[in-house]
Amino acid sequence: MLSRTAENLFWMGRYMERAEMTARLLDVGSRITLLPSSAGQGFRDDWDSLLQASGTAEGFRAKYGETVQRNIESYLFFDRDNPSSVASCIERARENGRIVRTALTSQVWDALNTAFQELRQLEKTERGKLELSRLTEWTTRHTSMLRGAIAATKLRDDGYHFLGLGSHIERADNTARLLDVKYYVLLPKADYVGSGLDTHQWMTLLRALSAQRAFHWAYGGEITAAKVVHFLILNRRMPRSLYTSLTGAHENLSALAEEYDRRTPAQTRAATLMQDFSQLTVEEVFDEGLHEFLTRFVGEMAGLASLVQDQYLSGEAR
Amino acid sequence: MILTVSHVTTYHYAAPVRGAVQSLRLTPSRTDGQRTASWMLQVEGGTKGGSFRDGAGDWIESWSVRGPISELRVRVEGTVETTDMAGILRGHREHVSPSAYLRETEATVADTALLTLARDAADGASGGLDLAHRLSTAVSERIAYRPGVTEAHTTAAEALALGEGVCQDHAHALIAMARAQGLPARYASGYLFADASGAPHEAAHAWAEVWVDGLGWIGFDPANRCCPDDRYIRLGSGLDARDAAPIRGVAVGAATESLNVEVAVRAQQQ
Amino acid sequence: MAVSYFNEMFDGGRVRAPYARLEDWVAAMPPEFRTMKQEEAEALFRRIGITFAVYGEGGDPDRLIPFDMFPRVFTQSEWRRLEKGIKQRARALNAFLVDVYGRGEIVKAGRIPQHLVYGNEAYEKAVAGFTPPKGVYSHIVGIDIVRTGPDDFYVLEDNCRTPSGVSYMLENREIMMRMFPTLFRENRIEPIDSYSEVLRRTLASVAPKKCDHEPTVVILTPGHFNSAYYEHSFLADLMGVELVEAIDLFVEAGFVWMRTTEGPRKVDVIYRRIDDAFLDPLCFRPDSMLGVPGLMDVYRSGGVTIASAPGAGVADDKAVYTFVPEMVRFYLGEEPILQNVPTWQCGRSEDLKYVLDHLPELVVKEVHGSGGYGMLVGPKASKEQIEAFRDKLASDPAGYIAQPTLALSTTPTFVEEGVAPRHVDLRPYCLVGEQIELVPGGLTRVALTEGSLVVNSSQGGGVKDTWVLAE
Repeated sequence: MLSRTAENLFWMGRYMERAEMTARLLDVGSRITLLPSSAGQGFRDDWDSLLQASGTAEGFRAKYGETVQRNIESYLFFDRDNPSSVASCIERARENGRIVRTALTSQVWDALNTAFQELRQLEKTERGKLELSRLTEWTTRHTSMLRGAIAATKLRDDGYHFLGLGSHIERADNTARLLDVKYYVLLPKADYVGSGLDTHQWMTLLRALSAQRAFHWAYGGEITAAKVVHFLILNRRMPRSLYTSLTGAHENLSALAEEYDRRTPAQTRAATLMQDFSQLTVEEVFDEGLHEFLTRFVGEMAGLASLVQDQYLSGEAR
Repeated sequence: MILTVSHVTTYHYAAPVRGAVQSLRLTPSRTDGQRTASWMLQVEGGTKGGSFRDGAGDWIESWSVRGPISELRVRVEGTVETTDMAGILRGHREHVSPSAYLRETEATVADTALLTLARDAADGASGGLDLAHRLSTAVSERIAYRPGVTEAHTTAAEALALGEGVCQDHAHALIAMARAQGLPARYASGYLFADASGAPHEAAHAWAEVWVDGLGWIGFDPANRCCPDDRYIRLGSGLDARDAAPIRGVAVGAATESLNVEVAVRAQQQ
Repeated sequence: MAVSYFNEMFDGGRVRAPYARLEDWVAAMPPEFRTMKQEEAEALFRRIGITFAVYGEGGDPDRLIPFDMFPRVFTQSEWRRLEKGIKQRARALNAFLVDVYGRGEIVKAGRIPQHLVYGNEAYEKAVAGFTPPKGVYSHIVGIDIVRTGPDDFYVLEDNCRTPSGVSYMLENREIMMRMFPTLFRENRIEPIDSYSEVLRRTLASVAPKKCDHEPTVVILTPGHFNSAYYEHSFLADLMGVELVEAIDLFVEAGFVWMRTTEGPRKVDVIYRRIDDAFLDPLCFRPDSMLGVPGLMDVYRSGGVTIASAPGAGVADDKAVYTFVPEMVRFYLGEEPILQNVPTWQCGRSEDLKYVLDHLPELVVKEVHGSGGYGMLVGPKASKEQIEAFRDKLASDPAGYIAQPTLALSTTPTFVEEGVAPRHVDLRPYCLVGEQIELVPGGLTRVALTEGSLVVNSSQGGGVKDTWVLAE
């Protein structure tokens, strides 16, 4: 297929995931600031941490300066100046889809287009009438419908794998960033570790990932940092864990290599990363430092994306 | 005369570019006045693409270079035997109707000053040939040869207002005036051999051609106050300098580029 | 001034045969049902994404062209005559293009003024002396036709470059068949769905000589911001070919290649939906970063076919239009089957005088204009508009032509109050390759505003399904 078509599908997959991650981030933020002891630091620190983790702190400060919850909501959900806002992501995913309209099924296009049309309606709604929780739910509902349409109707061809590759790489990146929020919010104050507040924050994170119940089923008992970290990084059953996302990306890359009958550096890199993960333990993650580990991982994902770019999307490969 | 040409054009890119594509009008025209003994045209490290003779009779060769490159060199070497045809382009096969050369281009818009100059010069002219000579003389008188005052984008009107310019400006002015007088006119590019006593012009040269019914295309070089003779080698033509450019190229992944040109035209002992 | 217009449904109060069944169809349709169907049609159009953006007007880029459910009907014998006339014209236009980029016999014979050809902005010196494969310049000829009486058809203009709108022709039919299947059982209507296959075959038939395999055809679009992007992607999809932008293509070793996930793939035929000026910065616009650098060199050295051929525009200019009947006689030795609308060239002083004296009766158009912009419809214009046009004409007479205001036929159209006559035109799409083919149908555009004669979608026009009845 045209490299540009592949590129649009890849980014459509990424934006769809990113829209969801931004909405979930917003949810984590609003829940964390509702916790009682946050009051001591002021909610601003928490929101700042959140913006930091999502990589949008600078853009926000340049535009608004003051951290006011209302502004953060606007910035993360509606603001077109923020490339990671839910609205930006949905609009760009839809634009990517429109460009390669004929590479999609009508159900997939319908799901994309409906999300976009509804977004325009939401934008016309008075802000005071929009509950934050409604916005988050709205977003996850639409990304789920889109994923469902892709899974149910899209031919398992190269296009399918570029879509999948984009969403898996983005999801890996996003889970890592969400997990990192915890670092920004908490870790600097070591005395919190193991406290009630600590537990509460982990729980919030899990809920934002719609994974609270799954976590309890899988681990039971107390929520501890070690369990959550295992769950979100190493658990092979958790659909959003780094390991699962990485596996997905590797599968897509292998399918492409087979379809095109050509092994690629991206595929090799993904395989190596998986190899590393299969032997990794929670202790090793903590030894390296959670934040350091996550930062390195986000870098690895960017490196993988850039290999994909060179091989398939740039159109320069021979 | 037997003239040998050595012409090397080098582009330097500030940052490496992803590749380049070039369309080269760098092969001598086939006319009764010039016979090519040998000619070599090459883009270093490049792949030769399609080549063809266009409707105006010019040989076009296209080349592409795969990047990354930070330098691109176009090399021309050759020998041409020339004969003085008193400026007349004889034996040159072309398909384009002369009347296609009546349209204005940005560089050759005739402003009031050019129109007036053309009208004054035309006063009392007897026939197309005489008119063309008068227009060429008028340009020579009104625009002094002086390098460095004009640039690639200078128009005919601007050059006349300045009263100075280089061969490109002279040619543009003559073209604008000829067209205003209803004579098809075009830009010709090529090489000029300048011996010790000759005019102090660069060896890469340009002049104008004017269509005169009954005679055909005739070259006029207002910069040297003459018609092209056996010191000239003609490469090709166009509506203006841009259209007739010997090298047209695009570098992919634009970076700032600088250009270095070395041209030498020598006469062999006969 | 009372003008009587030919209503295609009636003949002196009697319903004409081709519309007979439609009369019952409308009579039996309750208003609620009609409204429901109209909404259904709109929803279908919106769902498939067929929308239209008007150049330079801003507004909603996802606007729909209004669709009128009342079909327009031609009989088989009416169509046969149209078909012959259209094919004849398409042949003559292509013969003209081959000639003016070659030996220029028609000019030498004095049958068309030299300046109209060689002085024409659309004349591309760069392709002179080059004959495209099979001698075809214009592969898709859209001919705009109006009707003034049962047997009176006139050609309003020719479109030799990249006539748009064919997706509407196909979608209108699709939607009508979905909504009113019984209509298609009751009436025997010639199918048009072979269009995309014929188009693909036409394009493949003009692949360069150098191409020794099944040709790779692509559609070149200016991009997804273009108002006709939907049509480009629709056609690519139907033909099963890639829809490319200039950045997807590059030139190497005398051929054009597209960038794919598996490396470069050679392209043989480019159906371009962009203007000549944006094809190749090396040839046309050195200042433009658009286009495929080196494309024209590949084209001129026979490595790729571009459809329509660069330079084809010189045949569909409104000033050249006047001479098309002359082309038919000169190249084909035949009498034109379809007539031209009488046209005054404002560049000719005697014509200009007539035009200035009769402005309130005439339609005045820009020679290079399109889409219904920059035109004056005398009988509908205010005094001020007419005076403003008088000045325009005085300053650039050669830029305008004038025609009498034609009594455009009407067809029944659904309006607020029920069914009423509205003016229509017709654009069939003639495909020229190794063969000349025409699917039985075209795009009927309708001026939805009562009394309006302007059918352009940019000016409030709508579209209809167009039927040709089988024998």
